[in-house]
Amino acid sequence: MEAEIVYIILAALFGLFMAWGIGANDVANAMATSVGSKALTIKQAIVVAAVFEFLGAVLAGGAVTDTVRKGIVDANLLADTPELLVYGMLAALLAAGTWLFIASKNGWPVSTTHSIVGAIVGFAAVGIGVDAVKWSKVGTIVMSWVASPLTAGFIAYLIYQSVQRLILRQDDPLEKAKRYVPVYMFFAAFTITLVTILKGLSHVGLDLSLREAYAYAIVIALAIAVLGAVVIRRIKPDKKAEKHAHFYTVERVFGVLMVITACGMAFAHGSNDVANAIGPLAAVISVAQTGVITSKAGLPFWVLMLGGAGIVIGLATYGRHVIATVGKKITQLTPSRGFAAELAAATTIVIASGTGMPISTTHTLVGAVLGVGIARGIEAIDLRVVARIFVSWVVTIPAGAFLAIVFFYIFKTILP
Amino acid sequence: MANMLANIFGSSPVQPLEKHIGIAFSCAKQLRGFFAAAVAGDWEKAASVRDEIERLEHEADDLKKEIRLRLPKSLFMPVPREDLLELVLVQDKIANRTKDVSGIVLGRKMQIPAEIADQFVDFVDRNIDAAKQARKSVRELDELFTAGFRGAEVELVTALIEELDLIETDTDEKQASLRAALFEIEDTLNPVDAVFMYKVIELTGEIADMAERVGRRLELLLSH
Repeated sequence: MEAEIVYIILAALFGLFMAWGIGANDVANAMATSVGSKALTIKQAIVVAAVFEFLGAVLAGGAVTDTVRKGIVDANLLADTPELLVYGMLAALLAAGTWLFIASKNGWPVSTTHSIVGAIVGFAAVGIGVDAVKWSKVGTIVMSWVASPLTAGFIAYLIYQSVQRLILRQDDPLEKAKRYVPVYMFFAAFTITLVTILKGLSHVGLDLSLREAYAYAIVIALAIAVLGAVVIRRIKPDKKAEKHAHFYTVERVFGVLMVITACGMAFAHGSNDVANAIGPLAAVISVAQTGVITSKAGLPFWVLMLGGAGIVIGLATYGRHVIATVGKKITQLTPSRGFAAELAAATTIVIASGTGMPISTTHTLVGAVLGVGIARGIEAIDLRVVARIFVSWVVTIPAGAFLAIVFFYIFKTILP
Repeated sequence: MANMLANIFGSSPVQPLEKHIGIAFSCAKQLRGFFAAAVAGDWEKAASVRDEIERLEHEADDLKKEIRLRLPKSLFMPVPREDLLELVLVQDKIANRTKDVSGIVLGRKMQIPAEIADQFVDFVDRNIDAAKQARKSVRELDELFTAGFRGAEVELVTALIEELDLIETDTDEKQASLRAALFEIEDTLNPVDAVFMYKVIELTGEIADMAERVGRRLELLLSH
């Protein structure tokens, strides 16, 4: 059936375009602190991000993709007219992409996730019917949008307080740093690995018992912590640099930790944001291939890989510039502060991915940074931008919905 | 959007503040060369040093204005912005006093009486020491921010401020004995010259006073 091929190709193109955009713009958030603080060079950052974004998307992106694919729209209502779902998902992808384009031209702080969810809710509620939307699920999603920055902020606050008490306020911060940073490394690696194993790997066909999961997580985390401790041991104090900045070497020690949290952030980001690009695509594919909407249909693995690849391409082509630009502007996020924010954000995002909640990774990271700020860790935060972010929350969902409705009706008219 | 993360950071006042105290100290330091020339009667040299003092004082002023402009009320910082604005204000006064003192001496081509010249130069030096200690203290600002204004760093800065107080007390004592020495010889001087000499001693002493006030402002920041 030819129409199906057209739909799949269109959806794949739109989806790839979204994935490219995500890689180009959002990934910078995960890597910019490491590049800005010189813990990684741009080339290293791109390699790290490429590997971990892809792994995150493929190993842990399944649950969120499923939510976007079939968790928001009630497929049963469309049993007689499955093509409406195809038009709608295509419209949603195009709408989200358009809105992001408009927003970035104007410098507005909007979220990819909010855009795509708003668009899907829009076409479903207006284009099909209010009953077509699983409102309780949507309600849970919106709650997660509020909860994720708050949670990340709270965790970041706690982490940074501990860093200040255990290390930065001590008489011998360098010694304390060498002692405690490997512990932080252990916890970072442990948390992310554990959540991934428990929640994400089932989509890859790997099912481990609880004890096995904990065991693997502990072993992997220990290996990383030991490796990190070895690298830290090699760091020698730089007397000259320390005259001007007492914490110079301490920050270098934290820089090693930052590499780990950056990997975690890239992984977490890939796991949650890949769904924005390929969730709709997967929906189109399952309808187009079977002609029927089945909630039970599994998620084709190659779709996750396509999304991951799109993100990596976006990162490698345009993302490198964004990383450099952002890295220069966030110099206040020294490694000791940056790691606290990134670890808090990565943990929150990975947990959300595990529970299938599509959240805004950028807003979560901003929440984490604000958490560090409340722990008096940031020199100056511009509250006007924070206010603008709140405004963008309110504006993005109607905007995405409106655009999706418009495109939906256009597709309904012109597509076979 | 990546810009979101970058934009939530406002421009931090810490580096500009540390830069400003550096300029103010460089300005005060010029007094050494200025008075060496003045005592030797080399007014051409003194004039060129005074030009340098003026240039540095303007640079400090410009930076002070820029700092003020970049501290809008919408900025969320660990310490109140009023305290930072007060700090830059007293830092700037170090440069201002330097300019005032050198202006008067150059304008009148004032002859420092030989009997008190050595004592006076020593007094100027001690005031410059105070300014240097103020700079050393303010330069700890970014470490204070990193440590969240608690812990070992606070003790370090408190010790620096105590030392600054000692230097300022020393200048007070030197000022008193300088005035006494001037009093001994004031009948031998032209009355107007004598009065201006007292004035110059007073203004020079204010450099250490301003430095001490910088220390006080820093202490206030520590108490948050």
